Amino acid sequence: MRRTLLAVLFFVALVAIWAALVHAKIWSPVLLPSPRSVMDYLTSSARDGTLFSASGVTLRRLLVGYFIGLAIGLPLGLLTASLTFAEDTVGVLALGLQTLPSVCWVPLALLWFGQTEGAMLFVVIMGTVWSVVIATDTGVRTISPIFARAARTMGSGPLHRWIHVILPASLPHLISGMKQGWAFAWRSLMAAEIYVTILTGFGLGHLLHYGRELNAMDQVIGIMLVIVVIGLLADKILFSPWERFLHRRWGTGRT
Amino acid sequence: MSLQEELQGPPPAKLIVDHISKWFRQKRQTVHALDDVSLEVEEGEFIVIVGPSGCGKSTLLDIIAGLERPDKGRVLADNQPVIGPGRHRLVMFQESALFPWLNTFGNVMFGLKLKPGLRNRERREVAKFFLHLVGLEKFMEANVHQLSGGMKQRVALARALAPNPRVLLMDEPFAALDAMTREQLYGDIQQIWQKRRKTIIFVTHNVREAACLADRVVIMSPTPGRIREIFEVNLPRPRDFNSIEIARHASQLTAALKGYLAPEPALGVE
Repeated sequence: MRRTLLAVLFFVALVAIWAALVHAKIWSPVLLPSPRSVMDYLTSSARDGTLFSASGVTLRRLLVGYFIGLAIGLPLGLLTASLTFAEDTVGVLALGLQTLPSVCWVPLALLWFGQTEGAMLFVVIMGTVWSVVIATDTGVRTISPIFARAARTMGSGPLHRWIHVILPASLPHLISGMKQGWAFAWRSLMAAEIYVTILTGFGLGHLLHYGRELNAMDQVIGIMLVIVVIGLLADKILFSPWERFLHRRWGTGRT
Repeated sequence: MSLQEELQGPPPAKLIVDHISKWFRQKRQTVHALDDVSLEVEEGEFIVIVGPSGCGKSTLLDIIAGLERPDKGRVLADNQPVIGPGRHRLVMFQESALFPWLNTFGNVMFGLKLKPGLRNRERREVAKFFLHLVGLEKFMEANVHQLSGGMKQRVALARALAPNPRVLLMDEPFAALDAMTREQLYGDIQQIWQKRRKTIIFVTHNVREAACLADRVVIMSPTPGRIREIFEVNLPRPRDFNSIEIARHASQLTAALKGYLAPEPALGVE
C-alpha cells in the first residue's frame, strides 16, 4: 500500500513538474504541449477509435511475430546446445546476427517483401529469433549434468529428458532470453512502423510518424506514452508471473 | 496392481560384477580407472565400497548403474547384462540432484511417473508413503531451496526408493552433511533398509560409515582401481555409529587401507 502510494506520488509529481514547465512558457507550446492537450488528444483518438485500432494492429504484428520467433528460436537454441555441428554453424550465425541492431533488417525486409505485413513480421521475427537462440543455448549449457544423470537412472529417455529436465532446468535463462527477445521485437517493430507506411494497417508507429509530419506534438507525446504503457503491461502480464514462479521455486531474488 | 503389492515391490537383485576394466582416454593421457574388478553381491546385501579418491569407486558405481560402459567385462543384474541405466537400479548422488523446478512432492513423483502400470492416484499415494517413511510428509509442498542439506538427502532417498528399485546405488550420499545430521541418517538408512529390503551398494571414503552400515566392506586401492580386500562386518543391527565395536572395525579398515596406500619406493632412491 505504502509502495503504491509512493509510486502514485512520484508520477503525479512528474506530471506537475511538466505542467509547471509548460506554464512557465520557456519553450513554445508547439514543442512542449501541456499535459492537458496530450490528454485531450488521447481521449479524442480513443473516442474515434484510431488509438485502439492502431494499438490492435501493432500488438497483432508484435505477438504473431514474437511467437513465430520463439517457435523458431527455442528449437534452434536446443540444437546449437546439443550438436557441435549446429554450434559451429547456426550458433555462430546467431551470435553474429544478434549484434546487428534489428532496425537494420528494415531496408532488406522492404526490398524482399515490399510494403506488406510480411515485411513487418519479418523484422519482428529477426529481432526475436537470435536473442532467443542464444539465451536457450546458454540456458541448456549451464545445466548441471547431474540432473540428466539422475533422470536417466529413473528411466527417462532422450525425448522425455528434453521436455521434463533440460527445458525446465534452463527456465531461468529461457525467461530472460524471451524477455530480451520481446524487447528487441518491440523496438524493431516500432522502427519498422515509423519507417514505412503499410496500407493494410496503421500501427502506433504510423501515428507517431504522422504526428511528426503534422507537427502535432500532443500526438507524438501521447503515442509515446501509449507505447511505454503497452511495454509495461506486457512485462507485467507476460513475464512477471513466470519470474515470480522462478523466484519462489529456485529461491532467487527477493521474495 | 494394488497399492499394497506395489509397495511390496520386487525382490532385491543379485549383482555380479564380472572382470571389469575401464580406461578414461583424455587428450594428454589415458587414466586406468578400474583394473579387472570382480564382485558378487547377494540379494538384499548391504555392500560398502571404501577407498581413497581416485580408486575408481564412483566409476564402478556408474558402471553398475549403467551410466558408464566398461571397456572390458560386464555387470549382471539377476543374470541379465546391464546395458544402460534403468529404474531397477537407482542412484543417489552426493549432491541431492533434486530438481529445483519441482517441489518436494514433484521430485518424488518424477521417477514414479516413468513407471508404467500405475494409476496416477496410486502414484501419488506411493509418493506420500515414501515421504512419510523419510519423515518429510509435512514438507510435500516445500520448494527444494527451502530444505536443509539433510532434508534434501532424505527427499533424494524417497525419490530413489519410490519406484521400488531392486538395487540402490549410493555415491557418498552423506559426505556433504554435518556430523549430527549424518549420524541421524545412519540410523534412518538402517531402519529403512530393514523395512524395505534392497540390495545396496554404498560408496564412501569414511571407514566408520562403512563399518556402521555394511554387511561386507570392499576395500579398493587407486591407480589403477582394484579391489584389495573384502571384510565382513558381523555385528547386530541397528548399529550405533559411536559404539566401540564400530570404532574397532573402523580402525581395522583404516589399517588395511593404509597398507595398500604405502607409497611405492621412488626411483633411484633406495
